[in-house]
Amino acid sequence: MNTLELIQQLSAAVGPSGREAAVSDVLRPLWEPWSDELRTDAMGNLIALQRGNGAEPRPALMSAAHMDEIALIVTGIEKGFLHVHRIGGTDCRALLGLEVTVHGQEDLPGIIGTRPPHVLSADERGRIVPWEKLFVDVGLPHAEVVARVPIGAPVSIQRPLIRLQNDLVAGKALDNRASVAALTLALQQLRRREHAWDFYAVATVQEEVGAKGALTSAFGLNPTLAIALDVTFGKQADDNGGGTFPLDKGPTIGIGPNFHPQLVQRLRDVAKSEEIPTALEPLPGHSGTDAWSIQTAREGIPCGLLGIPLRYMHQPVETLALRDVERTARLLAAFTASLEADYRPRWEDEQ
Amino acid sequence: MDLELLTQLTQAFGPPGYEEEIRAVIREVVTPLADSVWVDPLGSLVALKRGTGGGKKTVLAAHMDEIGVMVTYVDEKGYLRFTRMGGISPLMHIGGRVRFADGTVGVISVERREDSSKIPALEQLYIDVGASSREDAPVKVGDPAVFMRPLVAQGRRLISKTLDDRVGCYVLIETLRRLGPTPDDLYFLFSVQEEVTLSGARTSAYKIDPDMALAVDVTMTGDTPKALPMAVEMGKGPAIKVQDSGMIAHPAVRDLLIAAAERVGIPYQREILLGGSTDAAAMQLVRGGVPSGCVSIPCRYVHSPSEMVDVTDVEQTVALLSAALAPA
Amino acid sequence: MNRDALLELLYMLSNTPGTSGDEIEVRRALRPHLEGHVESLRVDAMGNLIAHKKGTGAHDLRVLLTAHMDEVGLMVVDHTGEGALKVATSGSIDARLLPGLEVRVGPQARPGVIGIKAIHRADEDENVIPVSALTVDIGAHDREEALELAPIGTRITFATTAHPLGQLVAGKAFDDRAGCAALVALLQGPPLPCDVFGVFTVQEEVGLRGARVAGYTVAPAAAFVLEGTIADDLPKEEEGSPTSEIGKGPVLTVMDRSYVADPRLVRLVIQVATAAGIPYQFKQPGIGGTDAGTIHFTREGVPAITLAIPCRYIHGPVALLDPQDLEHTVALLRASLEQLTPEVIQRP
Repeated sequence: MNTLELIQQLSAAVGPSGREAAVSDVLRPLWEPWSDELRTDAMGNLIALQRGNGAEPRPALMSAAHMDEIALIVTGIEKGFLHVHRIGGTDCRALLGLEVTVHGQEDLPGIIGTRPPHVLSADERGRIVPWEKLFVDVGLPHAEVVARVPIGAPVSIQRPLIRLQNDLVAGKALDNRASVAALTLALQQLRRREHAWDFYAVATVQEEVGAKGALTSAFGLNPTLAIALDVTFGKQADDNGGGTFPLDKGPTIGIGPNFHPQLVQRLRDVAKSEEIPTALEPLPGHSGTDAWSIQTAREGIPCGLLGIPLRYMHQPVETLALRDVERTARLLAAFTASLEADYRPRWEDEQ
Repeated sequence: MDLELLTQLTQAFGPPGYEEEIRAVIREVVTPLADSVWVDPLGSLVALKRGTGGGKKTVLAAHMDEIGVMVTYVDEKGYLRFTRMGGISPLMHIGGRVRFADGTVGVISVERREDSSKIPALEQLYIDVGASSREDAPVKVGDPAVFMRPLVAQGRRLISKTLDDRVGCYVLIETLRRLGPTPDDLYFLFSVQEEVTLSGARTSAYKIDPDMALAVDVTMTGDTPKALPMAVEMGKGPAIKVQDSGMIAHPAVRDLLIAAAERVGIPYQREILLGGSTDAAAMQLVRGGVPSGCVSIPCRYVHSPSEMVDVTDVEQTVALLSAALAPA
Repeated sequence: MNRDALLELLYMLSNTPGTSGDEIEVRRALRPHLEGHVESLRVDAMGNLIAHKKGTGAHDLRVLLTAHMDEVGLMVVDHTGEGALKVATSGSIDARLLPGLEVRVGPQARPGVIGIKAIHRADEDENVIPVSALTVDIGAHDREEALELAPIGTRITFATTAHPLGQLVAGKAFDDRAGCAALVALLQGPPLPCDVFGVFTVQEEVGLRGARVAGYTVAPAAAFVLEGTIADDLPKEEEGSPTSEIGKGPVLTVMDRSYVADPRLVRLVIQVATAAGIPYQFKQPGIGGTDAGTIHFTREGVPAITLAIPCRYIHGPVALLDPQDLEHTVALLRASLEQLTPEVIQRP
């Protein structure tokens, strides 16, 4: 399967935070051929193990990419219209007029509506519509809506993947299915490569509501090292200063307290020898990724972070370069294969 | 409904970190009902009822602590300034009374302000214990206090301070009283410090290492004048949590509760709470992750000194838990 | 440790750079002062420095003592065409105090300055300039040279050298190098009845992160956190709490934003202070957070308390403390640990 088809399939899967089973269902057949073990843990994280060829007990690298997505949730029903609110950091500035799917007893198509501008005051027209005044309309009478849509039903955006120029694609949930795609490609590539370490690919749950799946899976696996994969801010017309990164110029490597300096250096060295372009992403505090949770699991786990630059984050038109996904996969696989059986990250001042 | 017990529970002193008095009350009641009872390092009380099955472990948590205030400063004239222990709003407490651990009673009032139409900041409120000077004040910086209001039963409604979450403690005790043999080992956890950090439930759940965890707590309602829209009403049955601002309930746990309610014919509501969370948020993330959920008692005026619940909701919450834990 | 030695240690630690996640120089500075006084010394995966000092065997309590090594600072996030450094804060820094400062950039400690638009050319605007609009000038000619001398991720600290000031001492990073100095002084003394794990933690300023791991690793029966805390004892328009006051002795936390201190430990410390004639004060409840905020909820729960040295102007380039408060904190900590028995924290 090529990268475009893979991302198409992953973007289309519906997996709001806490309800990721459908994404797992898509991933299982994709990962199964390349895994020695495949399981789902108590929180719903999908975990694939690809054993290394080093002597036991083998060190393990955990690579985490979150599979949950931001979405909406039905909070009430009024005269047949659905009240909704956000799951995760859904951007309410980019919702009006969109076509959605309401995942009730069965899937129902719907439209996000609000009152027309003609009847509003100038003040109201100038302001973002608050959640209470935004409705999902499924075109059914009240009694039928009540019977078919339970409170708590998730609502996802309908948005098939869009192909832009120069192998850029746009769509929903590319945060973070792009990284899940990279993890899938890395799993395939590693099967064909020698690696001494055990490799755990983890599609984590509930990142968008606080990196929760990463926290519990890191505790459960207790890996020697971890690399998180996530998207990062791509340079776009209206936001292109520090902390944003060009599309199609390779993944970013996080630097800051969340990351072990030796892993940062090693990722850069491997990228250089593989001729993969990268940029350093400075993160002086909370990295806002699974790595933040993983690092403080148990007795502490040295972490690294690869970021795929992406424009318009948390909007239904998230845009990225397919080649950056492939580069991320290649860097992760090469990094894993580079780990010597006895490698452990050390601090410069350790004897 | 054992109103005597609920009165005792709601009136016992227990701000976060200072749960000794309420713990003693609960301990006395649950000790004869459980196979064993202990207190964890942070002060949570655990009552274990052993199951008949394969030793799966389920935690049921209700928190013992209550919102309160702590003295931050005593001025020259003996007036006290204070900070919050848990989420309190100045709007709810002006004119109310607080009680310190030693029985000292204080009145909450507010400074004169230029613009009295605005809600005052907490820093503009003070407590008057009737002292005439700093030296004369019977309390000092760092002393905690709780709000005062008696329990009143009016028809099917109950009004009291601290129904959050002593009514949850009551539900746990009643469930323990009524429950026959169950397959799972049940850990009835009366947790500490829920209102500030969720640390009690978190650490006790770590120790227990359960297969499933349920919080029993109050939730807000959308049935009062111009309330924030919320599809939960008082008197319409227990609320089964779908999600709140701190946790998404595990779908299997949520569905287990829904199935139990439907099996025995208890009305229930599906709850989405936008502002607030429970001990389940902490228990869910313990160790490698614990499938977790929550059963809520609909409650009006949460975190005010006069919280209100419906007796039938409370009784049905006990029935729901019993049905879910001891499947016929 | 006498006062001169204690202050020399404080000065040395204060002068050492070490922002969150980059505490290596502080570890290097601490090691020689710990070797020979503790049974073992190791660095964990997060970078915490863990010193184990065996007890006398009087009882078997394991007690965790922590002081954090990291200080607030800046990080290079971008470069301008003119060769200036764009920065972001590491930990919370008050943007009001950055203009006009001298700083140290990177492992080579290159001097740099933070200047702003001349007053003649500035808008008449009293708003504080946000950190994102400030730049650090190291004298680089252009973007290329700046990138080479201070690449993305380079750490920046205040340039202050510690020194006496009146009856007080002045320096950067007293939060929490003062706590580090107190912990070293304790560990250099004779063994205590309990087994002591002295942990110099990382990443306190970005979320109490090293302490959380230390709490899990050590699995102690109780924890004492040592801090340099806020003294707001300046003149004010209205009467109110000074949070803490310089010269009034060690500061006890009853409750802050991160946790509620264990009342039994608070009682113990008060009893000990009263008996030994050591002054103490309560920190204004509800302000700030310390490593105890993550230690107390590790594993099955850890009763915890924070003892702090009052400092004016923490999180700024020059903080002030009273050497007596530092000495009293060491004395109160030692005396409290001597009286800490299993009975104090037992749950019947």
